[in-house]
Amino acid sequence: MPRFVRYLAPLVAFIALAGLLYKGLSLDPRHLPSPLIDKPAPAFSLPLLQQPETLISNADFKGQVTLFNVWATWCVACRQEHPLLMQLAKQGVPIYGLNYKDKRDDAKRWLQMYGNPYLANAFDAEGRTGIDWGVYGTPETFVVDKQGIIRFKHIGPLTNDSIKRDILPLLKQLQESDG
Amino acid sequence: MIPELGQFALILALCLAIIQAIFPLIGSLNRTPGWVALARPVAWGQFVFLLLSFSVLTHAFLVNDFSVLYVAQHGNTELPTIYKISAVWGAHEGSLLLWVLILAGWTVAVASLTRDLPEEVVARVLSVMGMISIGFLSFLLFTSNPFERLFPVPVQGGDLNPLLQDFGLAVHPPMLYMGYVGMSVAFSFAIAALIGGELDSAWARWSRPWTLVAWMFLTIGITLGSWWAYYELGWGGWWFWDPVENASFMPWLAGTALIHSLAVTEKRGAFKRWTVLLALLAFSLSLLGTFLVRSGVLTSVHSFASDPTRGLFILIFLLIVIGGSLFLYALRAPSISRGGGFANLSRESMLLGNNLLLLVITALVLLGTLAPLLYDAFQWGKISVGFPWFTSMFVIFTPPLIVLMGAAPLTRWKQQDPVALLRSLRLALGISVAAGIVVALPMSDGSVSTGLAVALSVWLLTTLLISLQQRLKHKSGVGGLLADIASRGGRSYYGMWVAHIGIAVFVIGVTVVTQFDVEKDVRMSPGQEIQLNDYLFRFDGTVNRKGPNYHAQRGTIRVFREGKEVAVLHPEKRTYLVQSRPMTEAGIDAGFMRDIYVSLGEPLDNGDWALRLYYKPFVRWIWLGGILIAIGGLLAASDPRYRMRVLARLRSSRPPADAIAAEGHA
Repeated sequence: MPRFVRYLAPLVAFIALAGLLYKGLSLDPRHLPSPLIDKPAPAFSLPLLQQPETLISNADFKGQVTLFNVWATWCVACRQEHPLLMQLAKQGVPIYGLNYKDKRDDAKRWLQMYGNPYLANAFDAEGRTGIDWGVYGTPETFVVDKQGIIRFKHIGPLTNDSIKRDILPLLKQLQESDG
Repeated sequence: MIPELGQFALILALCLAIIQAIFPLIGSLNRTPGWVALARPVAWGQFVFLLLSFSVLTHAFLVNDFSVLYVAQHGNTELPTIYKISAVWGAHEGSLLLWVLILAGWTVAVASLTRDLPEEVVARVLSVMGMISIGFLSFLLFTSNPFERLFPVPVQGGDLNPLLQDFGLAVHPPMLYMGYVGMSVAFSFAIAALIGGELDSAWARWSRPWTLVAWMFLTIGITLGSWWAYYELGWGGWWFWDPVENASFMPWLAGTALIHSLAVTEKRGAFKRWTVLLALLAFSLSLLGTFLVRSGVLTSVHSFASDPTRGLFILIFLLIVIGGSLFLYALRAPSISRGGGFANLSRESMLLGNNLLLLVITALVLLGTLAPLLYDAFQWGKISVGFPWFTSMFVIFTPPLIVLMGAAPLTRWKQQDPVALLRSLRLALGISVAAGIVVALPMSDGSVSTGLAVALSVWLLTTLLISLQQRLKHKSGVGGLLADIASRGGRSYYGMWVAHIGIAVFVIGVTVVTQFDVEKDVRMSPGQEIQLNDYLFRFDGTVNRKGPNYHAQRGTIRVFREGKEVAVLHPEKRTYLVQSRPMTEAGIDAGFMRDIYVSLGEPLDNGDWALRLYYKPFVRWIWLGGILIAIGGLLAASDPRYRMRVLARLRSSRPPADAIAAEGHA
């Protein structure tokens, strides 16, 4: 009997793994609303990516409806998303960026190489602000309204569909409301 | 009407899979020859129906039948024909259809190439493959039907993801699936052996060539994927540790451990439990890979289609297949006899060491892939496991792996005298340590890691040469070599030899390209020249170009060396019309010793462009290594001893009951 038990080890390990995967399915970030939705954006104050001596804080967003995009050069999906951000910026959507756990030089080179859709980028080298904002993985995009309240969160790269379906109508609606 | 035929064919294939799973297995247990004999024809029937179904879907893409939802989503009249065909497996439903078709292909290959095996063994193997097929066919029919209709019919399709409109990615999934699914053969042989309780060296010999071929396809698939990432993503990188890349790498690692372990079981009868467990593991990791890609549990560039209900289905399927097989293992393992013993220093012990190292690496890749999920599930906070984690893991575990890889072929089975081993290894040891030190000296490179990597690859090359020289000691010239390659058991050795050379070539490629590549991000105006190493780049501006389904801005860059033009490169920035998604196409001048790689960034004012220039020495060696590894696998699988003779002898000495079973089939 003890010998039999010994050979059960792989099965036990697998069942633990399956339990984790099951949990993972229900945790699916695309289908869970962020607890931060309709709450004020977590406060931060970080150096700018381009000018380390200048600080940017969430207070700088106030008074306009903004997109807050979390990105990094090491993230391949961000590369895929980038052209869409460029398009949005061309349409006049104000986009702020959170450069997440990145190297400053890499990030600056990226913007020079692929274009800069951001009004400004906060440089979050340790990822603290990202954690406060509940960032699951890059890229993520938040919609923040005029009062600095998070209204929407998109996880994963933006797509043409998600922009047309979720982002643009919401931006329009939030801009029209004065509240 | 035609698409419905495809769906009926799928349903019929499922019915046949059910028959294939149940009757031959029961027949083999209670010795009913008629039921055993069902296995082969039913397997063929399933294959024919799946081929029909697959052809129907392909036809729908070729004739732009947008009344089929899947075709409307991923097809387009403007797609070039080759991408209309590859669009069949360009998204979830179709790629699953390809998966089951390939499974059926492997099944009929097993059915037709195993005439010399005992009938009841073949029946059980085919039965297990039928069970796997049931799982995937019902997944396909119940959650991901590729033949669903769409009304009203749109006039134009949604087009194939531009990332996939590329030759490399057109052939990458079929190769990878050949590997993934091929691992099911080793799995089925293992399960059949566990059911029958006959785990002997004959079992290892039967599953070995199948495993080698599947592993070869997996190698090709991964190599192609890496090559694609290099030229298509525009970053010049060749591996990203993306969850989906890891999903293909884990079965490869387990498969590598398996083919070595099978060799020991076949030759020495040792490691039986271990080999069975690895066979279960390699295919389980293939299934897990499918789960990770298709469920959306992990976000990745590759998860083009993901859906949690599908995830749940696959998870239940995983529980049945993997959980069931591991339970069977736990029941049977205690009764598996121990094989030939071996001393602490022997080829067996070295292979065992390497097996353990490979498994540790597999476990760490798995952990790194699932870490974000793990942290989330236990609410430990958020993390992202990136490059540094995986890289440090490889830096720790690859060196001992390669040291053993060099020494093992020069070590005797069963027991090795340490002094004699040291004597045959000392030359290789001296040369490789010297080479490493020379490279690590301040005047040449000065980096310890490069020195270590060079020492390791020289060690691998020299030990392989010494091993070859020892093997050919008593044979003369090229004739002797050729005769040895043709001999029984010869190709196993030469397969190993070529594949290990491939590893050395790969290590050299990785080392040189990480250590000595040069990259520069520049702003260039037309006519401007920029120097990078020995090369002078001249930017000649861009022109607009119209492709079949995209517009492109096409740059011209002339590259000169010592005043002579060596290459004209045309990097492009494409906008695909339907999905309006911009893509970069890098301009690459490929060479054995170096690549020159240029990609277009953003257009700036006055016709200026942001450009990214790379000089990448030895980068081709990475894929050359992959190709050599795959050739090694093929060589080993083609060894004459797997064909007939030994097995024919087995057949003639079979007990009468089996002979009846064979009659029943004939």
